[in-house]
Amino acid sequence: MSEDGLRIGVFVCDCGLNIANTVDTEAVRQYAEGLPDVVASVGNRYTCADPGQEEIKRYIRENDLNRVVVASCSPRLHEPTFRHCVEEAGLNKYLFEMANIREHCSWVHSEDHAGATQKAKDTVRMAVDRARHLKPQIEAEVPVTDAALVIGGGVAGIQAALDLADTGHHVYLVEKEPSIGGIMAQLDKTFPTMDCSI
Amino acid sequence: MMDAGRHPRIELMTLSEVEEVNGYIGNFKVKVRKKARYVDEKECTACGDCADVCPVTYPDEYQVGLGTRKAVYIPFAQAVPSSYVINPENCLGSNPIACGKCAERCEKKCIDFDIQDEIVELEVGAIIVATGMDTYDPTEMDEYGYTRFQNVVTSLEFERLICAGGPTEGHFVRPGDMNRPKRIGFVQCVGSRMENRGNPYCSNICCMNTIKDSLLLKEHYPDTEIFVFYIDLRAFGKGFEDLLKRSREAGVNYIRGLPGSVMEDPETENLIVDVENTTAGRLEQYNLDMLVLSVGLEPRGDGDPLRQALNLSKTSDGFLLEAHPKLRPVDASTPGVFLAGCVESPKDVKDSVTQASAAVARASHILTSDKLTVEAITATIDKEKCTACGACAKVCPYGAIRWEKKTPAEVIEAMCAGCGTCAAECKFDAINIKHFSDEALMAQTESAVAENASERIVAFACNWCSYAGGDGAGTSRLQYPPNARIIRTMCSGRVDERFVLRAFELGAPIVLVSGCHFADCHYIDANRATQRRVDKLWDKLEKLGIRPERLQLEWISAAEGQKFATVMREIEKMRQRVTAEEIEHTIKVLKEDRGKQESKRKAKAKV
Repeated sequence: MSEDGLRIGVFVCDCGLNIANTVDTEAVRQYAEGLPDVVASVGNRYTCADPGQEEIKRYIRENDLNRVVVASCSPRLHEPTFRHCVEEAGLNKYLFEMANIREHCSWVHSEDHAGATQKAKDTVRMAVDRARHLKPQIEAEVPVTDAALVIGGGVAGIQAALDLADTGHHVYLVEKEPSIGGIMAQLDKTFPTMDCSI
Repeated sequence: MMDAGRHPRIELMTLSEVEEVNGYIGNFKVKVRKKARYVDEKECTACGDCADVCPVTYPDEYQVGLGTRKAVYIPFAQAVPSSYVINPENCLGSNPIACGKCAERCEKKCIDFDIQDEIVELEVGAIIVATGMDTYDPTEMDEYGYTRFQNVVTSLEFERLICAGGPTEGHFVRPGDMNRPKRIGFVQCVGSRMENRGNPYCSNICCMNTIKDSLLLKEHYPDTEIFVFYIDLRAFGKGFEDLLKRSREAGVNYIRGLPGSVMEDPETENLIVDVENTTAGRLEQYNLDMLVLSVGLEPRGDGDPLRQALNLSKTSDGFLLEAHPKLRPVDASTPGVFLAGCVESPKDVKDSVTQASAAVARASHILTSDKLTVEAITATIDKEKCTACGACAKVCPYGAIRWEKKTPAEVIEAMCAGCGTCAAECKFDAINIKHFSDEALMAQTESAVAENASERIVAFACNWCSYAGGDGAGTSRLQYPPNARIIRTMCSGRVDERFVLRAFELGAPIVLVSGCHFADCHYIDANRATQRRVDKLWDKLEKLGIRPERLQLEWISAAEGQKFATVMREIEKMRQRVTAEEIEHTIKVLKEDRGKQESKRKAKAKV
């Protein structure tokens, strides 16, 4: 059951040539324009860049968008970026959805432009269909324990523990062996300074 | 080292191992086993009287077996803490006390055989993993004769032999006859850049380490003749080329080609090394006093329990996987956990220190926040629909669902991690997951096959592993057919059988469910529920006359882009074998079945 009054905006990213070299992004944009509840479908050269984000914000304000779909890279990369962006324009960040048309599409189907374009359209449609069912969410807040655990007392662990402690945090430095030092302590001299390791 | 031991804000826990990690970013609860040292480290003055009377002698680990130590010992002169320790496996026996000479001798009475292992519980907001690496054991490369010839040593053994704190106090000798070697060879890439044995990757540090060793030798003993056998010399860092130049200018001979065989002259114990000099294009033979194997670095052999406790993944080379190879190189795949040093990849001291400081900057970002927000992907229970069957509580990997007979189940939100396996398990549609709701996922499923269903593959992929593996395939530009339509869930355990059946009912030829490998599940073991659910679905499909092979289950890790692409190619071949008649039959039987199931469910819900 989707709610009434949906106003979905779709932003299709070229990612320079990363996507546009393989996927006909203009065709994807036009396709998205025809999907139910989509009131704006916009192409960008780089949606994640400032002008791209500004455009999303402008469309949210001017077109009263209440769902935003960005078709670009993996949500594992830029979902936080775009969530932040829609939030700045006053939209709950859980009303944002991403369609991965780069890692899962243009980059892996670069020899099949028609197939990749079809997949991009379908991926955008799936994201729009999902977006209809998204609801605003409130995130729970949890306190933070101001202490850190460093596991391993070799050169990396020692440096990490010292830096953390100097920054003012309490540190537990856990080492398996009876002394810290690790492999570094077994080295006579180290390059490039040719000085002693301990 | 000393600074770390003295810092008022660093609590040093040696002889200690992490056994269990619970909680989440900002709020980890960690159990550490502090093993008994049997020596009070605060009282011990490291006078060494105890070791003098100890009757047991063992090979010294610090000197890589080139020296000896007692059962009560200090690891090395500058050890931190500066305290002796008793190795209970070497000691003649402490319960009952079989010898006890050390305790008798210790004037300060700091030896106590009654000290027990201790479990310490820590609460921390962030974790930095810096557990390091192992050096490659060249035993399997028998052509170099490491186990057969005394004067063949590893580069780590070389370090001990030339070190003032080493077994010979820095008087460089060869192990065979304790004479100073005058003609020394170094073999590069031992255990590195090899396809069949050792490891396929470059270990990063060995070229520079050998260059450094050659300069040390030339500094101490200018008359030493040095021959370095290599494939390529990789001196790519700041100041590195200068060192290489200095080494060449000091007269070190660099010969492009690795030895084909190493023999020992039984009389002199010298090594006869045959090598193809590929620059000169001829076979050469060298008579050397000593041969140093420049061994590579590899992941710690004992690293898996900690990796699993922290829910981290590893790359195909066995080192720990970073959240993003370029943009988040020190973040681990688990939020709040960071990587530093060789546990992430082989690296030198400078890079380890750089990475450690970077990890601290990332961790500090968390530790300085007053509060963190938790992603709103948790479970909610509709009390009206809940029949108090308790199935959800049984599958919850976190014990986050409170349930008693006859009362509706309840989610403890702070403990819920959002895997969604409870929602998939609930037969009464009573559980929903915020942001990954049934409605949203069902809409995506239906949408995936809304056009040309017979050409589509509906692929469910978990956020942490298989979806990330798909991203990896993209980053590596691995090509595969464009037929799959991918639906991301946080965990494969979220995939409800209704999504799968609906995809088939709408004409999908193939459905793929994919998740993390068993030990890698980011929700403890929620993917076990996935396996059970898919097993059940296979039975059901078979009963309905649908080929179970049309539902595929694959475990693909975040590092396995290659596997993701292969799976995609394979299932596309499977899809092509599914006939139109088969799909038609499936649609028909599933429609009928859904009708039946729905009336059954309604009847049951009323009861």
